[in-house]
Amino acid sequence: MSKTIRAAEAAARIPDGAVLMIGGFMGVGSPHRLIDELVRQGRKGLTVIANDTARPGVAIGKLISARAVCRVIASHIGTNPETQAQMIAGELQVELVPQGTLAERIRAGGFGLGAVVTATGVGTVVAEGKRTIEIDGKTFLLEMPLRADFALVNARQADHIGNLAYALTARNFNPLIAMAADVVIAEPQEIVPVGVIPPDAVMTPSVVVSHIIAKESVHG
Amino acid sequence: MDDKLLIAKRVAQELKPGTLVNLGIGLPTLVASLVPRDAHIFFQSENGIIGMQSIPEHGLEDDDLTDAGGRPISALPGAATFDSAMSFGLIRGGHLDVTVLGGLQVDAQGHLANWMVPGKMVPGMGGAMDLVTGARRVIVAMTHTAKGEHKIVDECTLPLTSARCVDLVVTELAVLRPTPEGMVLQELAPGVTVDLVQAATGTTLIMPAQVPVMALD
Repeated sequence: MSKTIRAAEAAARIPDGAVLMIGGFMGVGSPHRLIDELVRQGRKGLTVIANDTARPGVAIGKLISARAVCRVIASHIGTNPETQAQMIAGELQVELVPQGTLAERIRAGGFGLGAVVTATGVGTVVAEGKRTIEIDGKTFLLEMPLRADFALVNARQADHIGNLAYALTARNFNPLIAMAADVVIAEPQEIVPVGVIPPDAVMTPSVVVSHIIAKESVHG
Repeated sequence: MDDKLLIAKRVAQELKPGTLVNLGIGLPTLVASLVPRDAHIFFQSENGIIGMQSIPEHGLEDDDLTDAGGRPISALPGAATFDSAMSFGLIRGGHLDVTVLGGLQVDAQGHLANWMVPGKMVPGMGGAMDLVTGARRVIVAMTHTAKGEHKIVDECTLPLTSARCVDLVVTELAVLRPTPEGMVLQELAPGVTVDLVQAATGTTLIMPAQVPVMALD
């Protein structure tokens, strides 16, 4: 049974107010067709968990410009003035998380771990309101796992059952978010027959992938 | 010599063959172009690569091969790519020999503030907090002052990047080493006097008997 569906159909399954994890680093390795569909369908009130909000008009930046997002959890918003403007105007809630901590909070959410214990952020504003823990005389922050309703994953290749392989620096957060959401939608650059991706090259196993975005048919 | 080039040249001298180095965006990136190729320094970009080279040859740009600023890079033979958890495992886990970052303020003990100006600029910390907390050696590469205002101060007034103190500060005027007792003036830029550096610094510098001049080509 194939998991392929069209981008429009996949986006239609995502309701207003959903919590999304979106892959990509400055738009590199982001699921562009899914993002375009969410904008086209006028989705509102989304929570986006991602490394950054790219630039206006690029990847997650399109969702910000379309005012589809009410809350962002990210490590960096400095390259998108619209994110900052909406935050200052009180229209967009932004939680800034150190990048390594963000990666590990997502990993913890997907790998069934109760918390992340990290020295990053100790003695800074990031530690405000958080529990600390002493281990061998060193202070660590206790950071909570993150999960989402949907993960929107970009991959270089998918096979028809959903095994995924990623390309170069487009990998970034994609394999992490693919483990941490109830529904995982993969948008591959190409779909290949089962067996074409060697088992050693599969980075996300098919069992966690719910849907694969089909190539748009040129024959209608 | 251009201020930025001078800073980058002096920072490049700190990088030892065979080490893993992460360069921040902007001024530190210039450092990579000044390191001899046969030095076998491995540059990491935190979006997921070791073995990056700053600028791809024309026509060899790849949409899936970029630095942390989203700009096209190329990968040297022997490069490795990985996900963000691995990338920060390298950073936090003690595998990164040196990180070079920009700074807004550094205090006399070496606390760094480089990620926000409350009410003015809130870009987010990106990877900076992990880098300063986790790298074996932290070098700050920055201009000595900002529009006449001191950046090297008794105590940071801006939010800190980490509780961990940095190891070295390189500016267009001097090389400085923060210590628990205060900021030590270690080297002067060519043509710069001790008095000029002190006047441009917001903390009383510790002056060794001899302050050598930076050896730059």
